[in-house]
Amino acid sequence: MRIALILLFLLALASVPGSIFPQRGTSPLRVNEFLKDNPTSGPILDRLYMFDVFASPWFASIYLLLFISLTGCVLPRALEHFKEMRSQPPVAPKNLSRLPAHIQWQSSAAVAKVVSETSTAWKKRGWRVRQGEDWLSAEKGYSRETGNLVFHLALLVLLIAVGFGGAVGYRGTVIVREDSGFANNVTQYDTFAPGRMFGADELPPFSFELKEFAATFQRGGQQNGAPREFRAELMVKDNPSVEPRPVTVEVNHPLRTSGITVYLVGHGYAPEFTIRDESGKVVWEDASIFLPQDSAFTSSGVIKVPDTVPQLGIQGFFLPTVSEDFSNGPVSKFPAADNPEVYISAWQGDLGLDSGMPQSVYRLDTENMKRIGIEELAPGDTWNLPNSGGTLEFTGYRKWASFVITKDPGKGWALGAAIASIVGLSLSLLIPRRRAWLRVTASGNGGNLIEVAGLSKTEAPGLADEISQLAKLVNAPEENNDR
Amino acid sequence: MTVNETLAQASNAMVYGAMTAFTGAMVAFSISLAKGRRLETLEESAQRSSSSYQVRKGSTATLDKPAVSTSVSDGQDRGEGRRAGNIGLALTWLGTILIGSALLFRGLSAGRPPIGNMYEFSLAAGFAVALTYCLMSISRDLRWLGVFIAIPVLLDLGLALAVLYTDSAQLVPALNSYWLAIHVSAAVVCLGAFTIGAALSGLYLVAQTAEDRVVAGKEPGRSAAIAQRIPSADRLDLMSYRIHAFMFPIWTFAVIAGAIWAEAAWGRYWGWDPKETWAFITWVIYAAYLHARATAGWRGKKAAYVAIAGYAAILFNYFIVNIYVQGLHSYSGL
Ligand code: HEM
Repeated sequence: MRIALILLFLLALASVPGSIFPQRGTSPLRVNEFLKDNPTSGPILDRLYMFDVFASPWFASIYLLLFISLTGCVLPRALEHFKEMRSQPPVAPKNLSRLPAHIQWQSSAAVAKVVSETSTAWKKRGWRVRQGEDWLSAEKGYSRETGNLVFHLALLVLLIAVGFGGAVGYRGTVIVREDSGFANNVTQYDTFAPGRMFGADELPPFSFELKEFAATFQRGGQQNGAPREFRAELMVKDNPSVEPRPVTVEVNHPLRTSGITVYLVGHGYAPEFTIRDESGKVVWEDASIFLPQDSAFTSSGVIKVPDTVPQLGIQGFFLPTVSEDFSNGPVSKFPAADNPEVYISAWQGDLGLDSGMPQSVYRLDTENMKRIGIEELAPGDTWNLPNSGGTLEFTGYRKWASFVITKDPGKGWALGAAIASIVGLSLSLLIPRRRAWLRVTASGNGGNLIEVAGLSKTEAPGLADEISQLAKLVNAPEENNDR
Repeated sequence: MTVNETLAQASNAMVYGAMTAFTGAMVAFSISLAKGRRLETLEESAQRSSSSYQVRKGSTATLDKPAVSTSVSDGQDRGEGRRAGNIGLALTWLGTILIGSALLFRGLSAGRPPIGNMYEFSLAAGFAVALTYCLMSISRDLRWLGVFIAIPVLLDLGLALAVLYTDSAQLVPALNSYWLAIHVSAAVVCLGAFTIGAALSGLYLVAQTAEDRVVAGKEPGRSAAIAQRIPSADRLDLMSYRIHAFMFPIWTFAVIAGAIWAEAAWGRYWGWDPKETWAFITWVIYAAYLHARATAGWRGKKAAYVAIAGYAAILFNYFIVNIYVQGLHSYSGL
């Protein structure tokens, strides 16, 4: 018990740095930033696992020790409790009047009758009763200990379920544009994080198409622009051989199919451009994903056109509701596409795609490129690209939504264990464990002294009450001494 | 759907009304406390509890058949303080009803549960503290505790209005779920009851210190000024324990409900988000408190410090994590 107590304190203490330093598991970018800003302390902290607290060996050793001590404590107690449940309540102490609750009175009722009738009555109220010649001993509240054992066992199960689910499952993210689709295989994910024991054949063959994404925002007031509703309309094929079915996915309402869950986590805009070379041939026609930079969805992105000579690169901003002045740069003033514009620059030269280094699709490497112009365009506008004879048409925009897709086979077990732990905990903290006794002693002149007494093995209130209730069930009226 | 401004303004007015009521309650309860006396002297309580735990259990009075329910006495004689205490209690009820209505109107004004930002959460927490106190004082005399409840409620409401205030508005999609009502209201109820638990543990420390000094033959000291006006140390300890033991399963439920919601909203049921981490820390500290109470050498003052540390973790999670730490739980509205 003392060891468990110390380990509990250690566990609480060990979690603290996990909330102070950024953690790789949840915010890898902020970890990199931290390391850049703190070149001396950063690496030391890193070596101490301060950015991976919950996956660190020292955190694991604390909870493993805790669970070993738990097992070592629970198993013997479970055995003992099992024995106790099958044995009889202990006999009454000699002097009942020294117990915390004690009631006595004179009666002329027959001893055997009092004892046997009381026994029946007490049993009916849920007490386990042991009967002697002129006494009863009774006990109640075994489920307190049962609950306690259930609770601690449930914690063990919970830990195993968490570990198992993490090892066998996976988590991936993907961005899908309106009127485009996604098929569930590893290459289609933008990021994919499998558990240690994950096998790629565990990806169920489902696919979906994003038909429409709708977002609404607060208009006016202190919270102008705050999001109010996000909704993604999908056509889902649970496997290649079935007809697609329509499904609406919202925040808090994920899609669940064949063991995986699809969550809507983000959204943005994908402006559509058509780019032609000097002969009028289309060299680019697509909607490119632009990433939101602020809460008004000023979005930035790039386009790389490798097939022209020299190569062409476009970078800039999509502004869903363009603001009147650009004194702080081109910005949007509202997240909905009320008055969309793009503000872009065009570059000529070498995109650097052949260097062999993997490139981000969201960044233009302008080292070997020359800027040829900047332009602001509304939908339908065409820009005659300077120095090239080609044109760029801003034809409109589509929306995109990002999804997190997960599989966690331990989830159900974890939930079951969590529910069991609450039930166990409630029993263990709220059920009073009590003992009660009845004794009938001959007190000369033909009468009997009846005593009812009890004690509480826990700190639950109401013992006096309960004992006087038990006394009322003793079918031996108080004697009228005047007679 | 738009926000009904009239209802939102009525709600604000009620919060001011509640603050007035609690200010009155604080004054009345202070007078009542100053005039109250415990039935036992410090010496008597100290003697009774310095003889061991076991023996103390054996010293309870004998009951007579057919004794009716004996309500537990807190060992308090309010005597002259009774009138002031009653006024304090009435004002507390009034203030509680006012905060409750303020919450109701706030919810009606935006057509959603009124627990969507820190301002509303603070109102709800003040309501939970006050209501728990009111309900508890129906079956026992808790006038001595009143001032220790009125002050935190006042602080909470003042902070809500002065620092955390946010206009009534609809929810962001992440919060738009029935789990908001389940998870957050469970958390609020716990916050309220744990506040009372922490107050009792603090008072226990005061009383125990005074009794310890008496046993050691020293002057009771400054702690005696309060200790003489509240129940005995062992009684306070027991009350505090009962609240914590009753609330711990509900706190567990609040955390698990949060995990279920996180599973539906963020794609994982536990991700060590700072708020989750501190919920976990709080949970572990309260678990440690329950363990400490059952471990020889830890019950008494040490356990009370653990309970207070648990409450400090709750406050940290509410004020520091909500406002200063980046995480998925950034809904403070500030
Ligand atoms: C593992 C999951 C979660 C845990 C352990 C957790 C923990 C907590 C705790 C301890 C509080 C108590 C209030 C306090 O002391 O500040 C709280 C409040 C709150 N939680 Fe969670 N939570 C979880 C998931 C969620 C999710 C998924 C959401 C919503 C998308 C959410 C939204 C809120 C809100 C709105 C509040 C109260 C408002 C506020 O503090 O400003 N929680 N949570």
